[in-house]
Formats: sequence, C-alpha cells, structure tokens
Amino acid sequence: MSAAVDSSFQTPAPAGRDLLVLDHVKVEYVSSLGAVTAIPDLSLTIRAGESYGLVGESGCGKSTLLMAILGYLGPTGRIANGRIVFDGMDVTKADAAALARIRGRGVSIVYQDPNAALNPTLTIGRQLAEVPMLHEGLDGASARARARRILTDVHLPDPDAVMDRYPHQLSGGQKQRVVIAMALLANPKLLLLDEPTTGLDVTVEAAVLDLVNELREKYGTTLLYISHNLGVIAKVCDRVGVMYLGDLVEEAPVEELFARPRHPYTRRLLACVPRLDSDKHTTTFLPIPGQPPSLGSRPRGCSFGPRCAGFEPQRCGMAPIAEEETDPGHAVRCVRWRELDQFESRDKEHVAPASPSAEKVLEAIDLSKVYELGNAFFGFSSARQLVANEDLSFDANKGEILAIVGESGSGKSTFARILAGLQDASGGKLRVLGEDLSRMPASRRTMEQLAAVQMVFQNPDATLNPSHTAGFSIGRALRKFGIARSRKEIDSRVRDLFAMVRLSPHLARQRPGRLSGGQKQRVAIARAFAGDPKMLVADEPVSALDVSVQAAIVNLLLQIQARRGATIVFISHDLALVRHLADRVVVMYLGRVMEMGPVASIFAPPYHPYTEALLAAVPVPDPTVKQKHLRLEGEPPSPINVPAGCRFAARCPRKVGAICDNTPPPERDAGGGHMIACHIPIEELKAVTPIFSADPGQVS
Amino acid sequence: MGRFIFKRAASLVLTLFAASFLVFAVTEFSPSNVARKTLGPFALQSQVDILYQKLGLHDPLAVRYSRWLGVLLGLKADPLQDPALGLQFKDPRGDKYFGNFGYSTLYKAPVNDVIWGRLKATAALAGIAFALIVPLSLVLGVLAGMREGSGLDRTISIFGIVATSVPEFASGVFLVALFVVGLGWLPGTSPLDAGSGWPIWTQMVLPVAVLVLYDSGYVVRMVRGSMAEVMNKPYIRTAILKGLPMREVVVRHAVRNAMIAPFTVILLQINFLISGVVVTEMVFAYPGFGRMILDASLFGDIALIEAATLIALTIAILTQLVSDVGYAFLNPQIRLA
Amino acid sequence: MTATTPDAAALTAAPVERAPPSLLRRLPHSPVAMVGLGLILFWVALAVLAPLLPLDPPNKQDLMALADPRPSWRHWLGTDFKGRDILSRLIWGARTVLSVAPLAALSAYVVGCPLGLAAGYYGGKVDTLISRLSDIILSFPIIILYVILIANIGPSALNIVLAVVLTAAPGIARIVRGLTLEQRHLDYIAAAQLRRENALYIMFVELLPNCRGPLITDFCLRVGYTIITIGILGFLGLGLPPPDPDWGTMVKEGTAMISVRPHMSLFPALAIVSLILGFNLLADGVRELSLRE
Repeated sequence: MSAAVDSSFQTPAPAGRDLLVLDHVKVEYVSSLGAVTAIPDLSLTIRAGESYGLVGESGCGKSTLLMAILGYLGPTGRIANGRIVFDGMDVTKADAAALARIRGRGVSIVYQDPNAALNPTLTIGRQLAEVPMLHEGLDGASARARARRILTDVHLPDPDAVMDRYPHQLSGGQKQRVVIAMALLANPKLLLLDEPTTGLDVTVEAAVLDLVNELREKYGTTLLYISHNLGVIAKVCDRVGVMYLGDLVEEAPVEELFARPRHPYTRRLLACVPRLDSDKHTTTFLPIPGQPPSLGSRPRGCSFGPRCAGFEPQRCGMAPIAEEETDPGHAVRCVRWRELDQFESRDKEHVAPASPSAEKVLEAIDLSKVYELGNAFFGFSSARQLVANEDLSFDANKGEILAIVGESGSGKSTFARILAGLQDASGGKLRVLGEDLSRMPASRRTMEQLAAVQMVFQNPDATLNPSHTAGFSIGRALRKFGIARSRKEIDSRVRDLFAMVRLSPHLARQRPGRLSGGQKQRVAIARAFAGDPKMLVADEPVSALDVSVQAAIVNLLLQIQARRGATIVFISHDLALVRHLADRVVVMYLGRVMEMGPVASIFAPPYHPYTEALLAAVPVPDPTVKQKHLRLEGEPPSPINVPAGCRFAARCPRKVGAICDNTPPPERDAGGGHMIACHIPIEELKAVTPIFSADPGQVS
Repeated sequence: MGRFIFKRAASLVLTLFAASFLVFAVTEFSPSNVARKTLGPFALQSQVDILYQKLGLHDPLAVRYSRWLGVLLGLKADPLQDPALGLQFKDPRGDKYFGNFGYSTLYKAPVNDVIWGRLKATAALAGIAFALIVPLSLVLGVLAGMREGSGLDRTISIFGIVATSVPEFASGVFLVALFVVGLGWLPGTSPLDAGSGWPIWTQMVLPVAVLVLYDSGYVVRMVRGSMAEVMNKPYIRTAILKGLPMREVVVRHAVRNAMIAPFTVILLQINFLISGVVVTEMVFAYPGFGRMILDASLFGDIALIEAATLIALTIAILTQLVSDVGYAFLNPQIRLA
Repeated sequence: MTATTPDAAALTAAPVERAPPSLLRRLPHSPVAMVGLGLILFWVALAVLAPLLPLDPPNKQDLMALADPRPSWRHWLGTDFKGRDILSRLIWGARTVLSVAPLAALSAYVVGCPLGLAAGYYGGKVDTLISRLSDIILSFPIIILYVILIANIGPSALNIVLAVVLTAAPGIARIVRGLTLEQRHLDYIAAAQLRRENALYIMFVELLPNCRGPLITDFCLRVGYTIITIGILGFLGLGLPPPDPDWGTMVKEGTAMISVRPHMSLFPALAIVSLILGFNLLADGVRELSLRE
C-alpha cells in the first residue's frame, strides 16, 4: 500500500459548513396527463459532518428528494423550481459531465435493496475497482488494492475471496456491506442512505447500523439517511426532518423531536410506533385517520389538514403553511402548534384487549417438518435435509395471542402454514380444539375444521386476486363454509364483515388495484373471519404496511379478537410489536424453540442468549433509552444439515464449550411458564443486566 | 458444470428419440401406404401385398421403428436392398453400415448420395444469413434498447415489427419484383450453376437477403426488449450514480446482462433458418435441403423424409444444447450455483 | 363503542391510486395498436361485406382480360393467369384466412391453456410429462413439421387447424405454465385452498384470469403467425384445395409470371403482409400498454 494511494483520500469538510442546501425546491413528474408535483416547495440545509435523518411514510417524496440531489429523476421527473447547491455547485444547472464528477466522488448512495443494486454478471472486485479507476485514474492493480482495503473496513470476512465472488454468492447483509464499501470508495463528502436496512434481519440491521456509525467517524462523512423506521433514525441521526406529502413538516435535533414533537403528524406517527415499555393493556395506538391523498389531489393549505384532528378551515386550509421556529433548531409547519395539546392526546382511546381463558385450544407436541432435498433427475437423491421445524412443543389458550418471533429461516412461517393446513408436518402432533391436524392439509380437513382455523397473510398485494373484486373471495368463503347461500344473504354478510373491519361496503365491488395496502389487509381479515374462526393464524400481517396503517390494523385485530374471543397465532419478526400485543411469546431460531413464556418474562432477565441479542439489536424509537451493546457475529447459518447440538451454538456469544455443539440444550424452567433451552443454568442467565435502561439525564 | 452439461445432453438425446419416433409415426402411420409409396403409383396391388409381407409392415409401429433404427445404426441389413425384391435399390456402401438412411425413391439413389450435397448448399445459405443476422440484430437491438422511447428506438422497433410481418415468400416477391424485374441487377433464380450467366455470388444475394430480413426483425426486437429491461434495473442506476459515463454504463454493465436472455433466441434462429430455407429455396429454386424435404414430402419419399427430419432435428437439438450451455456460462448465477 | 373513533375515517374510501382503466379503453392511447387494429378491421370489413360488394365472383374467368390482365377500371387490381379478378379473390380469400387463422389459434389455446395450467399448478410428474412432450414438438423446425403433416394428411381447413393446434399448443402451454408458476405460491391461491376450492376452480377462476395480459399479446402474435403459416403452405402448394381463393396459392401462381405480370403476385403478397402487420402492431401496442400498468 503506497502513500500515494492514501493521499487521495480527501480530508473531511470542516464541520459546520453548509454542505448541501436545498432552496425552495419543487420536483414534478411530467406525463401525458400533465405534471404532478411530488415536492412542492422544500428547503433544507445539511451541514458538513452531521447526520441528518429524513422520516416519512411511503409516498412522502423522500426517495424523490434523494434522486433530485443526484440529478437523477429519470425521463419524467424534473426540478421545476429552486436550487440544490452541493458544496458550492448548483446541481440543477450541472451538465452531464459535471454530474458525473459529483456522483460517486462528491455524493454517493447506498440503496434499499442490495440484491438489486449489484450487477449480477460482474465480480465484486470489478464493480468496486472501477470506482477509483474512474474517479482517480488509478491503474487496475492499485484500484483492486484499494477495493480490498475498503472491504476490510466494512468488516467482510476474507476480503480476497469476496473480491472474486459474484453478488449471488453473498448473503443480503454481506451485499449491503459491499454496497456501503462501494459508496465509500471515492471517499465522498456526502453519503445518502436510502432505507439501507429495510428487508434485513434485525441482528444484521443492527450490525449494519453500527458499521454506518463507525465509518462515519472514521471518514468524517456527512450522512443523509432516509427511513420510515423511527427507531433506526434515532440510532444514527443527529437531526431529523419529518416529511409528509412532499413537505418538510417538522425539523429538530433528534432528542428534541422524540421528546417534544410539535407537528400533529409527527405526534401521531410517534403514537403509532410500538414501544418496548408499554403494551396493549396500558396503551392503545392512535392511528392517523384516512389515507394520504394522491399527489395529483394535493389539498390547499396544510398538506396534513384533511387528516388532522385540529384542522380549522380558515387557518389551515387557505395558504401554504409557513415554517415557524419553536425552539432553537426546532422548526414546524403548523399554525396551531401551540394549541397541540387541546386536540391531540395520547391516551384518549383505549381498546380493551380480550381476556384469555384457561381452555387449551392449540397444542403442538414434538412437531417437526423436514424437507428432503433430493435431485429428481434419474432418481438420484442426495441425503440433504432441510429441517424447517424440529420438536416444537407449546400450546395456546382460548382468546390468547401467542406470538412466534424469529429471524428469516427460523421456521416460524412453516409452522403457520402447517397450522393453517397449507402443508403437513413430518412428525409429532398438532392438536387444534382437541383434533390432531398435523397430517391434515386443507384438502383433507372438514369444512368445520377449515372454518375454525383461518389465516391472514403477509403481503397485501398478493392476498387478494387482482382479477376479482374485494368481496369475491369473502363471498366464496361464505358459500363454501355454508354460512350463506343466496346472493342476497351473501351480499348482506359481506357488508357486515366489511363494517367489522371498518371498510365502506361499496369497496366490496372494487378490484384490489383500487385499494391501499391497509385496505387490502382489512379485506383479508374480513375474509379470515367469514367462517367465524376459533383460531386466526396471522403471518406477519402488518410488516409490509406503513407504521400508521400498521397501528390501525393492530387496533382492529385486538378489537375483533376481544369481541369474538378467537385465539391468534401471531408470526412476527418485530419484537416491539410483539411486546405490544402478545400474551405469550415463543422465540424460534433455525427451526427450534429457544425460549418461551409470558410476554413480560421474555423482555426481562433471564434471557436466552439469542433473545438477549435480538433485544439488543431492536431499533428503539427513543434516543433516551440506552441499550446494552451486544452483537451477533455472522448471519443465521443455512438450515440444511444442521449440527447436532444447540442450533444457536455457532453464533452464541455466551457459548459454554463443546457441549453446545454436541448436545441439544436442556429445557430449563425459569418459573411462571417461562422456559429457556440453554446449557447455561437459569441462575447464571438471571445474573445479567437488563438490555434497556433509560438515561435519566435526557428524560424530558 | 460438467454435471449440468451431461444432464442436458442426456435429456436432449431422449428428446431426439421421441421426436424421431413421432416423425416415423406420421410418415409410416398407414403401413399399406408405405409399401405403395415405395413401389410407386404404377405397381400392381399384388406386388404391393408381397412387399407388405416382406417388410413385416403388419408389425406394431414400435417394432417397425426399432427395425428402422437398427438399419440406421448398421445393426441390421436394409430389407429393401434385398435383390429378391427386384427393386434395384443398390447402395455401393453395402446394405449394412452405420448411418444407413435407406434408398430415396424420388431421386432413385441411396439417401446418403442425395442428402449431404443438399445440406452443404443449405449450410452455405443459412451460414451467411446467420453471420449477418447476429451482428446486425445485436447492434440495432442495443441501440434501440439503450434509450427506450427515443426516436432511434421507435424507428428500429417499427423496422423490427415490419420485418417480422413480411414472410419469406412475400419478401421474395417484393425483392424479385424490384431487383430482378425492375432493375435487372440480380438473377431471379439461384440454381448455383454458373452456366446461367450470373456469377454464383449474385445468385446468393437475394436468398440471403430474404432470410436476413425476416429473422433479424425478430432478433432485433428480442435484443431491444432485453436491453430496455436491463437499462431499467437498479444496478444500472448504481453504475450511473457511481459517476460512470453513459458509454461505459452501456458497454460494461448493460450489454452483457442484456445478452443473456436473447442468447437462446439467437441460437434458436438456426432452427428458424432451417424452416426458413424451405420457403426461400422454393422461391429461388435453390438446390438445397429445404426444397428436397418439400419435394420428398409431396412425392412420398419416406426414407428421404425420415432421414432429412432426423438430420434437421439433430441440428436443432445440438443448437439447443449449445444454447443451454452458453446460457449457463453467460449467467454466473447458474454457472456457480 | 369506545374504539370506533380511531379509525372511523377508514370508512371514507378515497382510493390511493387511480386504478388503470381496462386494456380495451386504453387502446386509443397507443397509436401503434390503433394502426394495427385499423388494418385488421379493414380486412374484416371487406370479408364481412364481400357478398354485398359489386365484385365479380372470385372464380369467374373474364376471358377478355386474359389478353391484358393488368389493373384497369374493370379489374382494379388486375386479373390472374386464368382471368379471374384479383381484388375479388383477395376479398373472398380474406374470409378464409380470417376465419381459419383465429379459429386455429383459439383451438390451440383451448388445448394449450389447460395443459399449461395443469403443469404449473400440479408440478411434479404432471409438469415433467407435459413439459417433455412440449419440448419434443418445439424442437422441430416448424415448417418442416407442417410440410410433413399436411403432405401426409392432405390440405384442408380442418387439417390446417389440427396442424396449428399440434404445433402451437405446446408453446402456449409453456407460457401459461410460466405465468401459473409465478402465481402458484401467492397468498390468494393459499386462501382459496384454505376454503377447499377444487383444482379446476383454482386453475380456471383464480389463475387463468391473471394470465390474460400476456396471453392477449401472444394471441395476436399467434394469429399473425398462423396467417404466415397458411400463406407458406399455400405457397408451397399445400394450400386449401382450388379453385377457392387462397392468398398463399395466389402468390405462388403469380410468381410463375412475375417477370411479365408482377401485379399477379405483388397484390396478394401485399394483402398478406398488411394483415400480418395488423396483428403484429396490435400485439406490440397491447404489450406496451400492459407494461405501462
């Protein structure tokens, strides 16, 4: 490594200088139907050295803003007004050559989906090396040396091997590290991060966020981080802007924003986020009414007006709302911010959760699911097995919400599919209302058994057939389950079910293309309840939804459950959400149960080492909460041909020794129905400090 | 990779067997017809009956197919060459050798004497056409797909649609009307015989042009579609936002990915060309393989039809193998799976 | 009920995005599709109106025209080598092409769609069997297969339809199989299984309707290709039996006189090209519209 290479790293811009200034920027998309304004008038300044977070739900224009900064709005987008000045140069007036100089070297970007961001036919080494070759004119060998070094910086194991790999040979988390390395190669002044951890598992996400923070300190790079996840923003950013419908509605230092939100939208958004220090008995989410209007029908005056509880036509609905400074560094676009407490309150509503009874309705006994991965050709079969579920034993009572949590590959969805009847188990028993359904896929279940266990799926876009109306599949279910026969009867039942999920009945005649994600998920819930089920299997039903929509759906599920007394098996990767709604929790890792017990016992010591790591990784939407630092190495190993001992042994930070690799861990009773499968004795597990502690100095 | 090639090759050989059986079944479906066609329209019914017995045409189709395969592989003597039948079917190579396709009743010669010369003539025609189609389509397709919706794209796309809408016999008529009848620049027929007064190369121009026009239209559209799709991929955005100039983005990042999907299609053109030459050779009286198949089919020359389709199928299936392997090679996600 | 207020506003059902109107209604937005549709409708109109038009009967020989068959006021597009009116033969021939080609393509769909649905939905052995059989037929150089088939079973409208079904159904099955596999594991199929819908219902009511976009495009292309095929068969002397007009046969008959009377082959060739172009343009326009969704 020569000194010449090192000198090409630029010194970071002096802190405090304005690095990026957006001055009354207006962005439009032009189509044959006319121009649609994505961002009407946005001003924003990012100072060198700071980390700025932009929060907003889908469609708020935050990605458009990033692309505008890079001068890359596609053939239909254009900056209709204003200036974007980066490091003294107006990007909106730059020609192609000037833009190419800024991109990569001045501003670079880390994308949301690392799987798509890398070229599948070029090796990682070539994709990395071309950046310094382009921007600094390095020759191939020194460019590769630089690439190799940056791969070490992003903590990729065995960087030499990674250089020669193709993207599909890396895991999602590794790919995101490569993308970050690529973005940092030319040592840019400003790094844009576009939801870089969305879609990654929570432990991987935490490690990537650590990396971002570490590299920021090392290189002094300025960050602009956009995300819908307030917890992530709280972890990485110094200053936060909140976007709604293309407007920057509030801007403040991060602690200030979380402690004293001044805009009704920000307030509601925070009231929709599940927190680890409250649950359904103490708190009810306060969702935002209605839906954001389409970009084409932007309201006059305050963009949030039509959904705001404090909307006053004379004050809010006439002219664009000006920015007001409420405290030093804290600005808000709301004419009523001083009166906020009059119309907004956190605990105005309360959904009374169902009270579980002692009647056991679900019982899994040593339930297993093994896939034989044979090779169909010529009948040769290699002895490879994928163990999706192994010896699952737990139960659920009537009216209870049993949450099953785990990262991808934990087998939680496989269990959900076996329970619903979309697959059969390969061993063990699964008693539902007294009958063993483990080897009974839907085609062999009776209509009563089918109606009794129904399912709500994860992806709102796939849950309804795009060719049929929203009411169609509900009607089919009613007919199949023998609940209604005549057209009139079916129509009236569908209307009732739509009312139950708070949808206007005329939506039943619409095709799913006209419904929002939240509305589709409501229809799916209505469909699941058509046969009055005793048990609802909900497989990540809200994970694809915006947080405000998620809150409304969760409230709805809790209400319907309270009324109907159904048991809910809730599959999720989101520990905060599980904390909010579950009565009991099962933690799974690689097909096995690691820990289970009443919800409160899972979130306090004694922890299973895996649960402990999961909790330490959760992004908490509160900068005052201090989280113990604990990270897992690597990523979950492949569930094919798993080792004999504890599944978690390979990544366990508290591994005892060889016994963990060779012997399955004992199921230790921690009291009160709390079980931990670990070789470490309960007493020792109890003797850890809690993951979360409030920082007393910061509490407002 | 070796395992992959072996698997593909094995399944393609199976396909070849099944397909040749299908041809056999169609041509020899009615056994009495076989005897009649072998002897020609003027033979007496009693002669036909004798041949029917001699050849064992009463046997089930599968038995007859295995017998035909036996002759082809040189395991059995060709029954038609038996002098006792008095058919005068003589093959200087003998009656039992590997690759014995039998005797052509149309050309009154062993199939092997007829077929290979024809195949060579056609290979020249299709080869030149293929050598022109590939670079032409790739360049036009990449240029069009590079900037979707641009003027160049629209022009090339319309050319592609029009070209695929003009079947070979129609473009043959148009080109002959213009260059032969109108301008008199080129000959209207291509007997590959310098005695007609036109040099051989002038005789090749129009047949090649006809093949190139029709096939390249299709390939251009495929390449363009693939290129346009790749240009919309996030990794192209990554390359642009790295600061790479557009030319580098296209050459280094887009083209290789855009070639993966059309690669199979391009090799499939060899299959299409075999089809295309039937018509083209008919238009220009070109003495090739395609016309031979047509004549054999119309005449009912069973041995020649079976031999010709078997060869055509073999070429098609070998192409498929090459395209499968090449596809896997171009695509690291399969190569290094 | 205390809980009504939080999301009561969800009752107001403002659709977030404007759903695209149906493909048919967006067709006017694609000039390419409209030109294609225009060409097709032009021939359809002529074919439908053929008996009402003041045309010579297609097989009537005008002996006067034999001496000079060139286009004239009497015969707009001239006459053929037997003195028959080319315009009349083209228009009457359009009736054959426009009935046989779509019928053949449709029949191929009737056979190919269920095969593709079954292969995609059931997978496993059913899929292997159907896919292998398709591969065998698709590995043939297609025109050679046509020539052998038609030469053996004889040229007639029915046999052409049969040949098209045999050769096109595997390709359709392959497309439908792919489209089915894309949806096979989507949640709405799982939801249908959870109310124990039978396989036929799932294939035809849940899966098939979502294949329609690509299938409409493919259908247009296939009709165009079938017209080419019928033309080629006619040109190779395997067309519909004379004396009824067949476009491909007309081209073939005309080429014999191309050096002296080029109009005899040019006009039929142009007719064929215009109709194929119509279907190809329509297919391209429809594809582009459905991509824009």
